[in-house]
Amino acid sequence: MHELAVTQSILNIVLDHAGKANASKVTKIYLVIGELSSIVDESVQFYWEIIAKNTPAEQAELIFRRVSATFECLDCNTVYQLDGNVIYCPTCGSTHVKILSGEEFYIEAIDIET
Amino acid sequence: MSEQRIQIVQNILSANDAIAEQNRQLLQKARLFSINLMASPGAGKTSLIEQTVKKLGQGYRILVIDGDIATTFDADRAIAAGAAAIQINTGGDCHLDAVMLNKALIQADLSQYDLLIVENVGNLVCPASFELGTARNVLVASVPEGHDKPHKYPSMYRGVDYVLLNKIDLLPYVDFDLDFFRKGLEALNPALELVLVSCRSGEGLDNWFQWLRNKIGEFRPG
Repeated sequence: MHELAVTQSILNIVLDHAGKANASKVTKIYLVIGELSSIVDESVQFYWEIIAKNTPAEQAELIFRRVSATFECLDCNTVYQLDGNVIYCPTCGSTHVKILSGEEFYIEAIDIET
Repeated sequence: MSEQRIQIVQNILSANDAIAEQNRQLLQKARLFSINLMASPGAGKTSLIEQTVKKLGQGYRILVIDGDIATTFDADRAIAAGAAAIQINTGGDCHLDAVMLNKALIQADLSQYDLLIVENVGNLVCPASFELGTARNVLVASVPEGHDKPHKYPSMYRGVDYVLLNKIDLLPYVDFDLDFFRKGLEALNPALELVLVSCRSGEGLDNWFQWLRNKIGEFRPG
């Protein structure tokens, strides 16, 4: 449900940068979203079509690059991805682990026409 | 017509984070220790607030800012327990954001209080994304929710500083694997503090009260 607020934030950032570049149109928006960030792509797309109406970003395509959640065990050095069940190391059971990726939540770039 | 790519690399919720920073500064200026209290619905946020106000309300002036989709039940309970309270009705939003909190903060004379408790909307997903600017993020988990919650809601458990596991009086009656619960916490967030409590019996709450007293003291020396 927080996708509406997230979509509004994306639109604000995109329009801000597009305006500064004197864009007539935004054609693509590149988003980088880690697996640990709770967001549903389809919902963002759904809201986008409503709230971007009558803006230069109305026709923009939203391109989601998903980054999987990767952990590294600091005891046995196993690098693993979340299997959907447990978060600790699947090899040795240690909870002494580091998150390598999966928390990304940013707009990387936009394509515009001027 | 020409096409070009503009590199942005900007956090999607940067606007929220900027207002959260303003809130942080307002609270720091008033030397007011503040917590963002999060939990799933029914975990015991409001019960914890009632217990906290009853215990610490004699020595400290407590302000509760209550976020709910609708109703003033929670703010009413905080007032009945002896705190000052401001209700924010989000009108459908599943979380508080920094702007909503900012509107509430500027209504209050923050220097009048020693402790601010922001009671977020009951939800383990959305509030985790929206930084409010409070000094600490606190989560109330509860035994009936099950021991798998840190594993299932990693972004929430990753972003909090302190967890109370509530309703431990039910531990003998349900299959709650405390070790599995702890392992999830440790993997996601090694610095996290965990206390086991029962708001019903009062067990374990002294640890929580002492933590609050320490933090309030750090924020307002002397």
